[in-house]
Amino acid sequence: MTDITAFWIALYIAMLAAFTGYVVISRVPVILHTPLMSGSNFIHGIVLVGAMVALGLAKTPVEQVIGFIAVVLGAANVVGGYVVTERILQMFDRSGKKPGKGA
Amino acid sequence: MADLSFAIEPVYLATVFLFIIALQRMSHPLTARSGIVWAGAAMLIATLVTFFTPGLTNLALIVIAIAIGGGLAYVAAKRVAMTEMPQMIALFNGMGGGAAAGISAVALLGPTTPVTASLAVVGGLIGAVSFSGSIIAFLKLQGWMPPRPVTFPGQQLLNMAVLVLTIVSGACIVLQPAWIPVSPEMWLPVFFILALAFGLLMTLPIGGADMPVVISMYNAFTGLAVALDGFSFATPNYAMIIAGIIVGAAGSLLTLHMAKAMNRSLTNVFFGAFGATEEGAVQVAGSMKAIDVDDVAVLLAYADRVVIAPGYGMAVAQAQQKVKELSDLLGSRGVSVKFAIHPVAGRMPGHMNVLLAEAGVSYDLLFDRDEVNPEFPATDVVLVIGANDVVNPAAHRQGSPLYGMPILDVEQAKHVIVLKRGQGRGFAGIENDLFYRDNTRMLYGDARETVVKLVQALKKL
Repeated sequence: MTDITAFWIALYIAMLAAFTGYVVISRVPVILHTPLMSGSNFIHGIVLVGAMVALGLAKTPVEQVIGFIAVVLGAANVVGGYVVTERILQMFDRSGKKPGKGA
Repeated sequence: MADLSFAIEPVYLATVFLFIIALQRMSHPLTARSGIVWAGAAMLIATLVTFFTPGLTNLALIVIAIAIGGGLAYVAAKRVAMTEMPQMIALFNGMGGGAAAGISAVALLGPTTPVTASLAVVGGLIGAVSFSGSIIAFLKLQGWMPPRPVTFPGQQLLNMAVLVLTIVSGACIVLQPAWIPVSPEMWLPVFFILALAFGLLMTLPIGGADMPVVISMYNAFTGLAVALDGFSFATPNYAMIIAGIIVGAAGSLLTLHMAKAMNRSLTNVFFGAFGATEEGAVQVAGSMKAIDVDDVAVLLAYADRVVIAPGYGMAVAQAQQKVKELSDLLGSRGVSVKFAIHPVAGRMPGHMNVLLAEAGVSYDLLFDRDEVNPEFPATDVVLVIGANDVVNPAAHRQGSPLYGMPILDVEQAKHVIVLKRGQGRGFAGIENDLFYRDNTRMLYGDARETVVKLVQALKKL
């Protein structure tokens, strides 16, 4: 990021995103805490794209090694996060009944 | 390869939009399942389009790395039992934190401005702490490390000192002060080693029972680290910034919700060393009284109202299926059966609901603490299966480490039958006087085997 305007724009966006995250989660029933934590764990797996760019633009061997590790870890975050969340939420997929009594 | 770099920003925009929709769907029980599918689709297109980033090299390395990380995680996540999900979340969250720390390191190795360097340093610190902290949380929950809090004199002072040193070395990376006779590149490894050490030290004193709150907080940490790393590229990566901040905000809120459900303040979680010290010699009056399976079967068969209070022990023994059989059998005899679900039964809020749902127990039979507590005085038999701390009346006694924790008031029922493997203590390491009450009987043995025997005994009646 080169110029300071871009930095401020990004900061405004970050502020709005924080509100979004807060509002989306604010009325979640207790039974969904675990799946939601797992789901948001998957969503920060977007770190993978950053790791891909870091490795893709790496020039020195040191950068390549660190970038490679970052992509391995990021991919584990994405795939593991998805599978775990999917498996947990499968349990909620029984049509007809409203799962739980809220909380 | 065709130049599709023009597609990157539109696809990232769509990704972020889908993430928000996905989170919204995941926060309602009926739509939760579709939420993760939306998020998955978003992640897939974002990953694919990233290959078209201008100037991207090392493509083979990228593909190999994704195959290794993704492949191992896939196998691990598929194989693991439902009971072990919380530690898997911790593990994969730690991976994300590690990736964020790696991105920071690469960014700091290249050309930076003071602003980008500062953001990368903070992102690196939070990511590294989340990485090592989550690994400790994983090891404790997996039982590869004792779940008890690890404490020693001067611990908080040491932690403080390490944190200060980490921040100082981070500041040196940004400012590169000429008057310190160390080459600027040396600061980077020092900084990351200190940050990793801090995450480790910060998590050691936290007991297993508090881990869900800690995992949730590290989840928010990783989100924040990812967002900060989004700033470290030549053009800000808005997908990372927005997704990261959303997880940071949502994760923080979730952490507070969880802490509240467990009646623990965050200060308590991080500085309380919960369960490390046993309260002074509290004399527990009475003795544990055993009972055998046939007597329990008779009690259950001729009861009007039965409440089952399941705990993590039931899940560990893989007894859910048999417990469902028992509840069906009692139901067919006209006994009213309810399941009392404590908010933190299992290892996390909502974990027990998932485990029972897996066994096919109807949601109609699951009642949360506030709904079921007023009913205990009118309940004939409570079956406590592998639960301990969440039914410990010590929570009502001032001075107990459990004091104030919301519990299931099972001791008010006419009969309390506790299925337990042995005479040990709960996860919090605190003696349970429920076991010594006059209306309590202990049914020792493996939860699964015991319930199987109960079902057989009931069928004979």
